[in-house]
Amino acid sequence: MSGNPMLSIENLHAAIDGKPILRGVNLSVRAGEVHAIMGPNGSGKSTLANVVAGRERYEVRAGSVRYEGRDLLSMPPEERAKEGIFLAFQHPVEIPGVTNLSFLKAALNAVRKHRGLQELDVVEFRGMVLERIRLVEMDEELLLRAVNDGFSGGEKKRNEILQLAVLEPKLAILDETDSGLDIDALKVVAKGVNRLRSPERGIIVVTHYQRLLNYIVPDFVHVLSEGQIVRSGGRELALELEERGYGWVHAPDTANGGEARP
Amino acid sequence: MTLPAGTRDRYLAEFERVGGSRKGRPAWLRRLRDEALARFLASGFPTVKHEDWKYTGLAAIEQGEFEAAGADGGDLSPADIAGILPGEEADRHVLVFLDGRYRPELSTRRDLPSGAHLGSLTGALGGEFDGLVPYFSRSAETAFTDLNTMLMEDGVFLHLAKDVRVPEPIYLLFLMSPAARPVMAHPRNLIIAGENSGVTVVEQYAGRGDSGYFVNSVTDISAGRDATVSHFRFQEEGPSACHVAALRARQGAGSRFAAHSASFGALLSRHDVHAVLDGEGAECLLNGLYLGNGRQHVDHFTTIDHAKPSCASREYFHGILNDRARGVFRGRVIVRKDAQKTDARQTNRNLLLSKESEADSRPQLEIHADDVKCTHGATTGPLDEEKLFYMRSRGIDEASAKGLLTYAFADEVLRRFDLPVLRSALEEKLLAWIPETRRVQEFLRETGQ
Repeated sequence: MSGNPMLSIENLHAAIDGKPILRGVNLSVRAGEVHAIMGPNGSGKSTLANVVAGRERYEVRAGSVRYEGRDLLSMPPEERAKEGIFLAFQHPVEIPGVTNLSFLKAALNAVRKHRGLQELDVVEFRGMVLERIRLVEMDEELLLRAVNDGFSGGEKKRNEILQLAVLEPKLAILDETDSGLDIDALKVVAKGVNRLRSPERGIIVVTHYQRLLNYIVPDFVHVLSEGQIVRSGGRELALELEERGYGWVHAPDTANGGEARP
Repeated sequence: MTLPAGTRDRYLAEFERVGGSRKGRPAWLRRLRDEALARFLASGFPTVKHEDWKYTGLAAIEQGEFEAAGADGGDLSPADIAGILPGEEADRHVLVFLDGRYRPELSTRRDLPSGAHLGSLTGALGGEFDGLVPYFSRSAETAFTDLNTMLMEDGVFLHLAKDVRVPEPIYLLFLMSPAARPVMAHPRNLIIAGENSGVTVVEQYAGRGDSGYFVNSVTDISAGRDATVSHFRFQEEGPSACHVAALRARQGAGSRFAAHSASFGALLSRHDVHAVLDGEGAECLLNGLYLGNGRQHVDHFTTIDHAKPSCASREYFHGILNDRARGVFRGRVIVRKDAQKTDARQTNRNLLLSKESEADSRPQLEIHADDVKCTHGATTGPLDEEKLFYMRSRGIDEASAKGLLTYAFADEVLRRFDLPVLRSALEEKLLAWIPETRRVQEFLRETGQ
């Protein structure tokens, strides 16, 4: 866990519909690390995840985000995806008329082409998808349906993790993937994510609850409050939050500017 | 709303010409024509002050100086016809009407089961099917159906006796030739499907060249008890054409009627659909897609009349509008007092691809029974930003994502076209229409969807 950070966020300010949400976020993620971003509702967790993924609704007002040494904010979302960033959506979108399997294939082709890899042929692709779908214990029937169309909440989340497993990004961001999941589904999702842990990959887990972190054990935990990281620590911080709630962490921990480096 | 003198004289002269050559026709038809003429002369073309025409101005038709098309029609070979018809389909009946006139040498007639009669309407009038008068007297007349009754010269007559099913689809191609002056045609079709009969009919309207012309068609369908009638309409008139069409269906108990419609062409088009569910347990599906770009104006005016109990209707219309195009949809659902256990659902969705495009959507539910399920929904707007971002966040570039979402939006309707050859042909046309078509085609090819 050395060398330059894969993702480096400095003094990031972002607003939505003119309303400031992020007010100076600092965060670095190195390859091989798993970071948890926790915080109460409205603290800016999802905004942070979406700004990194490139959602244009959010207006970046100040600060910088560098990814593998490049200015991430100047890249359109598809470019970020092809460069290895993946956002598992809190609310995965339904796309009637486009089958799930076609969508997966198009996404994988786009990423592979960009990496200079051969596109997989039909047999290889199917084999890969069927292997990965077992990992997330998802019904194969869902591959032939339109993307997320009529899926249950749990099926949508599994489908996100399936995409994650197929696309094998360098930096995976999970935006409240645990919300709305029962404990069994949560374990399945965690298993899928854990299998992707590797020295080459960075993972950011955005969550309101500690629960998910019992299964995806983070290297670092950050508390976001009112658009700033007010505290950073190891996994024990998450347990402490569970016990004491978010009330005690409101004051920004300015000693290190909110920077996540221990 | 009286007609300008020039227009009035033109239509009167045309009426004399048509009536004059039809002296031997049945008296009842003569009377219907006279009545239609009287109504038309009194009312003229409707203006935007008329509630049913609020969003659709008719200046292009009123001032169009259309005359009857000549009989020459230009040189066309069966190969030309094959190129215009959708896809390759060996087993189909094809009746070609060029500039409003039946052209047997361009048509493909196959053997029909006994009890099925397929022919030109003028041949049927006054002959063995003279009892058709009830099917010509409709209550839902408009200025355009009146105009059609006044001036109609030909069209298709299809009659199916009890239990007769025609296995192959019947294509009716209404083709307009390029003309030096503005011409018009008023095709009139009559489909009478007897008890427990079944048939698939495709009406295709196409123009050759970009000259201005006016097509004003009327198709009346009577579906007897337990009959199944699938009607498809593909309107691809020339870019300067005016196209007005009425499809009127009356359904008996237990009958199933589907009206699929794809409106892609014409500068000004208006399609009226009027279905009366007139027997218990009848089912009706109206499924339509309309595309508009440039300055196209495309209007769909639908009425589903639940007159009897326990009938079901489904209505899905999707419109995609680009440039300065305008789409209009009116979906009227009437549930009569005795039509308990009615199940009616209606959806109209409009996708606006440009800032200058416009859609007017008006659901209109008139429910006079209390034990019914009726729903309607309408949406109008640009491509969904959330969907776009979702696709882009998976590496699919913006142009492809837009094209794909547009294609998928339209294909939701085309997927219900349960006539595979026509459906694939329309999907091809749709692809060619979509602004980012090349990328969409690549996507479909690469993913094998």
